[in-house]
Amino acid sequence: MTAVSDVSSHAIARARWRPAEIVFWVLALSCAFLFPSRYLIMTDILRLALFTLSLDLILGYAGIVSLGHAAFFGVGAYSAGLLALHGIINEPVIALVVAGLVAMVLGFLTSFLVIRGVDLTRLMVTLGIALLLEALAERFSNITGGTDGLQGIEMQPILGMFAFDMFGKTGFFYSLIVLFLLFLLARRIVNSPFGLSLRAIKNNPLRASAIGVPVNRRLIAIYTVAAFYAGIAGALFTQTTALASLDVFAFERSADLMLVLVIGGTGYLYGGLIGAVVFKMLQELFQTITPQYWLFWIGLVLVVMVLVGRERIHRWVLWGPNLIIRQVFGRKAGVAVPESDAP
Amino acid sequence: MTTLFTILFDGVAYGMLLFVLACGLAVTLGLMNFVNLAHGAFAMAGGYICAVLVNNQGWPFFSALPLAFVSAAAIGVALERTLYRHLYTRSHLDQVLFTIGLTFMSVAAVDYIMGSSRIFIKLPAALEGQFDFFGVGIGRYRLMIIVICGLLTVALQLILAKTRFGSRLRAAVDDPRAASGLGINVPQVFAFTFAFGCGLAGLGGALSAEILGLDPYFPLKFMIYFLIVVTVGGSSSITGPFLASLLLGIGDVAGKYYVPKMGPFVIYTIMIVILIWRPNGLFGRAAAR
Repeated sequence: MTAVSDVSSHAIARARWRPAEIVFWVLALSCAFLFPSRYLIMTDILRLALFTLSLDLILGYAGIVSLGHAAFFGVGAYSAGLLALHGIINEPVIALVVAGLVAMVLGFLTSFLVIRGVDLTRLMVTLGIALLLEALAERFSNITGGTDGLQGIEMQPILGMFAFDMFGKTGFFYSLIVLFLLFLLARRIVNSPFGLSLRAIKNNPLRASAIGVPVNRRLIAIYTVAAFYAGIAGALFTQTTALASLDVFAFERSADLMLVLVIGGTGYLYGGLIGAVVFKMLQELFQTITPQYWLFWIGLVLVVMVLVGRERIHRWVLWGPNLIIRQVFGRKAGVAVPESDAP
Repeated sequence: MTTLFTILFDGVAYGMLLFVLACGLAVTLGLMNFVNLAHGAFAMAGGYICAVLVNNQGWPFFSALPLAFVSAAAIGVALERTLYRHLYTRSHLDQVLFTIGLTFMSVAAVDYIMGSSRIFIKLPAALEGQFDFFGVGIGRYRLMIIVICGLLTVALQLILAKTRFGSRLRAAVDDPRAASGLGINVPQVFAFTFAFGCGLAGLGGALSAEILGLDPYFPLKFMIYFLIVVTVGGSSSITGPFLASLLLGIGDVAGKYYVPKMGPFVIYTIMIVILIWRPNGLFGRAAAR
């Protein structure tokens, strides 16, 4: 067996749908019917999941540490809000794609700044871009509404058929479908040769360039794609809540996002989705215990996770589910693996 | 013309303050290569301790300042020995997550203990008001800051360049392995430096309550400023961060005076441009180790 066919068969094997994945999505869909009174929070989780998916693409797969991912979220949110407010594009789906494209353009332009330098410079530049956009949004408050945010956004029915209702049912299904479609795309991307080359870059950029991977071009490409995802997440936020305010750019949003991804685990696509569920539940829990000081507990979770070791925690958590998967589907069945154990 | 001098004066005072706040970070981040986003938390601790001592216990301001230094350093060394030292060898992502977590905890804890409103430290009467110096209004408090921070800067430079400890630190930073081979206790040197940096941050926090404003969100609000000082200034010497903080201080004060509507826009733009132009900072080494 030649090296090339070995790699491709490996990639194909990885890309195969596993039973656990199908179970996951069936569960996600069944949530809609199990908890009909909790559409709003579930929509929140879906948006966060999509946003985290976006960070996972650059952090988990390409190894770019970003502290300012909220920049793209915010641009997407404001684009969608302005499009709807001024009636430029009334159709939510088209507006969603356009908002994503706007964020994508910004991502492409800023990617040239981000690929330069080492981790620390990247941290600073990404953080700086997010802060810059926040300052800009504050400066041009006649367009963005300043600290009050965009007021009076009215969303038209999706595809002219499904109107947004006050219980958030339409919003939930809309978000779920968008998330699923984009997830499929992300899954295709990371399992493609392109995705494999990203992993090579993450492991060792020098070696990757030595075997002929155009490192910078690949990083620009994935950063742009991730910006598109984040923009869509932001646009979903505006469309489902009919709200866009300055805090879409806030540093806390980027920091929370990292926490979400780290809870779920970096470097596999479900990390972001699982992390979003766990994070929102934690947040709900802490907010009911101490409404004002939940930030403390979130901080504690971060500190403990890092000190105990992210990989170790994931292995503990996955032990139970993996046992069940093995029992049901036999030893050969694919199991969820944390990043450190991924082949 | 006199407004120009006043802006320059205020900017220098602001920059000096930023330098004292951030120079501890310059060591941990620049020299020890540890991304400590929680540095502002130590400054906040020093500021609040000083405020409690002065406002509630009735201590004189000038005797509370050293205590702010000592207590922040004590907190620093306790955290370094128990938590931070496990993370020196970990990835930057882990360090970022850990220190953001610490920052969040400190913000909520201070909010819980001291309340969320901005606090002020009662100043002695001698430091209030301003006097005229050839038509330039000089704030007494700002003058004191310039004097204290100037002296500290000179002392730091001398310690680093002339003393035995300074050469040990430089050796430990340059090549930890060779340094420990020569019998230098590298972890001890790092712990001491870390504590000293935290102490300086605490002192800076106490001094800054009047100028920057002290509230529980201090570590988050000024984190970016500290990081700018370090990344723009580079890490090869103490002069790089010093010049960077002066630049930042004057730039920020002048920006707020001349183009108030642009807000912090000017600063962030300058930072991004500088980092793109020179990723290792204005005065940094050409290539990192």
